[in-house]
Amino acid sequence: MSDMQDYKSSLTDTSSRKFETFSYLPEMDKDSIRAQVEYIVSKGWNPAVEHTEPQNAFDHYWYMWKLPMFGETNVDTILAEADACHAAHPNNHVRLIGYDNYAQSQGTSMVIYRGPMKA
Amino acid sequence: MAVKTYSAGVKEYRETYWMPDYTPKDTDILACFKITPQPGVPREEAAAAVAAESSTGTWTTVWTDLLTDLDYYKGRAYAIEDVPGDDTCYYAFVAYPIDLFEEGSVVNVFTSLVGNVFGFKAIRALRLEDVRFPLAYVMTCNGPPNGIQVERDKLNKYGRALLGCTIKPKLGLSAKNYGRAVYECLRGGLDLTKDDENINSQPFMRWNHRFDFVMEAIHKAEAETGERKGHYLNCTAPTPEEMYKRAEYAKSLGAPIIMHDYLTGGFTANTGLAQWCRDNGMLLHIHRAMHAVLDRNPHHGIHFRVLAKALRLSGGDHLHSGTVVGKLEGDREATLGWIDIMRDSFIKEDRSRGIFFDQDWGSMPGVFPVASGGIHVWHMPALVTIFGDDACLQFGGGTLGHPWGNAAGAAANRVALEACVEDRNKNGAEGLEKRGGDVLRQAAKSSPELAAAMETWKEIKFEFDTVDKLDVSHK
Repeated sequence: MSDMQDYKSSLTDTSSRKFETFSYLPEMDKDSIRAQVEYIVSKGWNPAVEHTEPQNAFDHYWYMWKLPMFGETNVDTILAEADACHAAHPNNHVRLIGYDNYAQSQGTSMVIYRGPMKA
Repeated sequence: MAVKTYSAGVKEYRETYWMPDYTPKDTDILACFKITPQPGVPREEAAAAVAAESSTGTWTTVWTDLLTDLDYYKGRAYAIEDVPGDDTCYYAFVAYPIDLFEEGSVVNVFTSLVGNVFGFKAIRALRLEDVRFPLAYVMTCNGPPNGIQVERDKLNKYGRALLGCTIKPKLGLSAKNYGRAVYECLRGGLDLTKDDENINSQPFMRWNHRFDFVMEAIHKAEAETGERKGHYLNCTAPTPEEMYKRAEYAKSLGAPIIMHDYLTGGFTANTGLAQWCRDNGMLLHIHRAMHAVLDRNPHHGIHFRVLAKALRLSGGDHLHSGTVVGKLEGDREATLGWIDIMRDSFIKEDRSRGIFFDQDWGSMPGVFPVASGGIHVWHMPALVTIFGDDACLQFGGGTLGHPWGNAAGAAANRVALEACVEDRNKNGAEGLEKRGGDVLRQAAKSSPELAAAMETWKEIKFEFDTVDKLDVSHK
């Protein structure tokens, strides 16, 4: 049993809270975030930025940062909006969404800045 | 109006049912049969016999034939083609007027198309390879209760496949121990767990006890992980009344998804339950026990692509599709064909993937293909490549068999999936299978659970040849 590891996760440890796609990987660096923005643009999806207090992350509806960037294909512009949202709400999760208006759904959604988890 | 006179006796089928000059109508139901005839039966006669016996015909002329317009209602064999690489059989194409079938009834369509005709003595073997359902018929069917987009919205899962696990052992766990296994999987990072198809309501675990414990597991795992979770509560039951009773109880507990076995349970039960799910906002997972009895023999039975179409019409939000890479049968190109049939709104004829007809589903929602059976973390790059995001990947032994338990097994699968998706988004789907080993090894550096899973399953492969290959692959 000595080399068996305990699975660390509990109701009281707020670092157990996940937030869907990519939340089981280490937090993304700048280059990795850029690659995901490029992916959203390459799919023809509409990028959008949302944020929330970490303790409310389970809710479907987070706070929109402005409106989705319909038709925006400039990766730097999109990254700048995500950064601006993060700067304005440094303690919040910030997620990047690619709206797929043909599927009438989100093509993808991922948290790119992780707020500190508090009780 | 031409006047016909009654003449008793037996006519050759081809005089009435072989119509090589017929142009199928947009509203016809079209079928492609693979016929292996008895020796000495001409192709046109056997094809016409199949058309007759699956529509209006019987073995002899009867006087009441003249009370209707049989030339309108009859099935028409309109084409015959060689089967590539197999001289023992050939394809026959049959067109049926839409009036032959009750609206919205998969039951009625299959009672005709795969009814008496499959026991007909003049043919040695018969296989229904594909069916084109005209949009006019599709629109009379209820279809999937929710569809892929709605399920994503309800469960808040975007940009990746869903991850699931069938709870094992298949039989014998008590309800409370069973709920424990569910809880461990969900807290480790799976989205969904599943009742094994054999689990209904046996003496060792009655259904209502299972439902109660499983729901506690779901609620705790959701609170712990902050993510939405579900478990396919199997409502397959001996009678429709009992099935609805279980579905109603699942709803009363707040369960997001229930489950049904559509072939053993039957199309009537399935269609009814799918309509109940539409009415009640419940997701519906569909298992396919008995399918291999029908679809595995290359010369006799019903091809799985037809069973998949039948399910999409009857209704279900998930359907098991095979994995290509796991322990269960499934040719890669053929599987790609039928997963498109489950998910897409329009599928073009493509013989290289075994698709004989264009199929237009109009606005009918799509079905999540479920890849399940003998898959583990090393298969993840191939699964992401083959299935893309709109699929549910289910690791049973590949979760529960982890040396540290279900939660670690679940986390290993979740990390592996996310690592493969991140790499695919960055570097493209092409080449992911080649890069996969490096992607997983890199991800394992920050996930001891994944590292242990990779060590456990590194040698396990299932490399047996497929029994039911695409006919084109024999060339």
